[in-house]
Amino acid sequence: MQPDMVSKVKQHPKYRELLAKRTVFSWILTFVMCAIYYGFILLVAFRKDVLKTPIADNSIITIGIPLGVLVILSAFILTGIYTWRANGTFDDLTREIKKDVQ
Amino acid sequence: MRNITLFGLITALLLSVSTVFGAGGDLGQVQKQGVNLSAILMFLVFVGGTLGITYWAAKRTKTAKDFYTAGGGITGFQNGLAIAGDFMSAASFLGFSAMVYNKGYDGLIFSISGLVGWPIVMFLMAEQLRNLGKYTFADVVTYRLEPTPIRSMAACGSLVTVLLYLIAQMVGAGQLIQLLFGLEYWIAVVLVGVLMILYVTFGGMLATTWVQITKAVLLLSGATFMAFMVMYKYGFSFEALFTQATVVHKDKLAILAPGGLVSDPLSTISMGLGWMFGTAGLPHILMRFFTVSDAKEARKSVLYATGFIGYFYLLIFVIGFGAIVMVSTNPEYLADAAKGTLKGGGNMPAVHLAHAVGGDIFLGFISAVAFATILAVVSGLTLAGATSVSHDLYANVFRRGRANEADEMKVSKYATFALGILAIILGIQFEKQNVGFMVFLAFNVAASANFPVLLLSVYWSKLTTRGAFIGGFVGLISAVALMIIGPTIWEETLGFPKGSALIQYKYPTIFSMTLGFVAIWFFSITDKSARAQVDKDAFEAQNIRCQTGIGAEGAVSH
Repeated sequence: MQPDMVSKVKQHPKYRELLAKRTVFSWILTFVMCAIYYGFILLVAFRKDVLKTPIADNSIITIGIPLGVLVILSAFILTGIYTWRANGTFDDLTREIKKDVQ
Repeated sequence: MRNITLFGLITALLLSVSTVFGAGGDLGQVQKQGVNLSAILMFLVFVGGTLGITYWAAKRTKTAKDFYTAGGGITGFQNGLAIAGDFMSAASFLGFSAMVYNKGYDGLIFSISGLVGWPIVMFLMAEQLRNLGKYTFADVVTYRLEPTPIRSMAACGSLVTVLLYLIAQMVGAGQLIQLLFGLEYWIAVVLVGVLMILYVTFGGMLATTWVQITKAVLLLSGATFMAFMVMYKYGFSFEALFTQATVVHKDKLAILAPGGLVSDPLSTISMGLGWMFGTAGLPHILMRFFTVSDAKEARKSVLYATGFIGYFYLLIFVIGFGAIVMVSTNPEYLADAAKGTLKGGGNMPAVHLAHAVGGDIFLGFISAVAFATILAVVSGLTLAGATSVSHDLYANVFRRGRANEADEMKVSKYATFALGILAIILGIQFEKQNVGFMVFLAFNVAASANFPVLLLSVYWSKLTTRGAFIGGFVGLISAVALMIIGPTIWEETLGFPKGSALIQYKYPTIFSMTLGFVAIWFFSITDKSARAQVDKDAFEAQNIRCQTGIGAEGAVSH
């Protein structure tokens, strides 16, 4: 990349905005995914009794099963949320930056 | 081309229809001959189809870019399916369903751990890789760091990961095919090796991608059908399925909750780290992000891949429970009814269930799909390994970036051939070994060596060549060493007495990955060399390309 291009993009206010927004958003989602997964793992490790509880009195299905399925679903939903925001906000900002500097 | 995939789909559909009517009632004696024949026929159809794909792809594979990344013209949806195809290995289809079959709920924990790495790949890696890289993840790491040492290091990490994964797949392939098709072990291994050499050498990434897609569609349809038939039998009531499973399983109610798999939390978290961040460091997976045209398609790839893989793991859970109720109770599938051991060994629940729900023809179909799965995964691995050799080691280290494209292509083809032969030899050598640990070892190396270097090269402006080089090797060596002195290899594989392992952690990722990160950090911040300044100064420009895609590699149109 040309040095003048670097300084042009660097000084572009939209670039600062993109950088800040995307960085924060990515790490928040990373944190949420880790919290969900490791929360689940900690339950498995320390509170097996919680996961063993049936979901209803007349059921043998344990809380652990829907919870596990929810962890799987959350992985998909979080990637969906990221895609949705990136396709909108981030791509719009990127397009504007590119239009201005090129 | 489209016709070939369509043909596979139609075959799958026809099979499902014919078996729906054939299911139910006593399945009677297994006719060994018939089973083999339908399996072999369907497998031949798959091989014929994929060789057709390879022929088609070969005509479109002319440049290095075509060979390594299919010209960068794969769509997000196609790439998502191909990634899912890469990730849904025979080990996860047969191994995870066997784990559910044996341990119930614990198998689900494994599946979840396998999936949660994907969102992380999405949030931190996918677009960044696409914007910065060209053919391998080493391209990303060497964007601002000194190419020669860092490429050598990244290539080591890649090749170790690829080889370990490859051995596990080859041994699995040999055993599976021996069992399902009645072929000799070595013939099966040679067959897999030869086919994968053909796909990769002639068809490159384009053929590999379409083999993955075909296989992903077949595997997803097959697994969907199996789960559907299980649920159909139980009136689509999980309550009924689980109740019956707890009645027939030796662990009774315990299979519906976490059991002994997770004995201590540190070990579990460590295992989770290995699966999660290992996913973000597997060279054959990372390479897939260079096959799409831009960051947007890279993003879509992960979304679709996560969806397909998550769906697949949910099916595996149902399939595992289905096998508990329909396989473990049927003497036809048991080698020793008193011990409850299965014919063909511990990885067979899903295969026997295929027979239980769909008869000989569906068993043949699932066997062919399992074989296809292995073929597709080893092709992806071999391509990643060959690219590491030709693009990283040959063109950029050995020839210092001055190799011409024709030579690089030639080397990549020799490398494919050599890796294929090596995989065959190692596959035969390791026949009698327990190679189950190798998949985790591969993930462990990926998480401890490849991932930290990659992550910090993208995000940390103060990373220097010295830090990445030393840290990468610290991660790699500790990932391997800690596994060797741990219980899985020391006791179970090398046969030292129980309890004699130097560390009692089966999953050492938490230590090796931390060591990797700390070493990178320490040797970067203490690095006062002139090169360190160059590395840091180049971050700004790298970050601009990484964030905006300005100057990124585009797609070529054909």
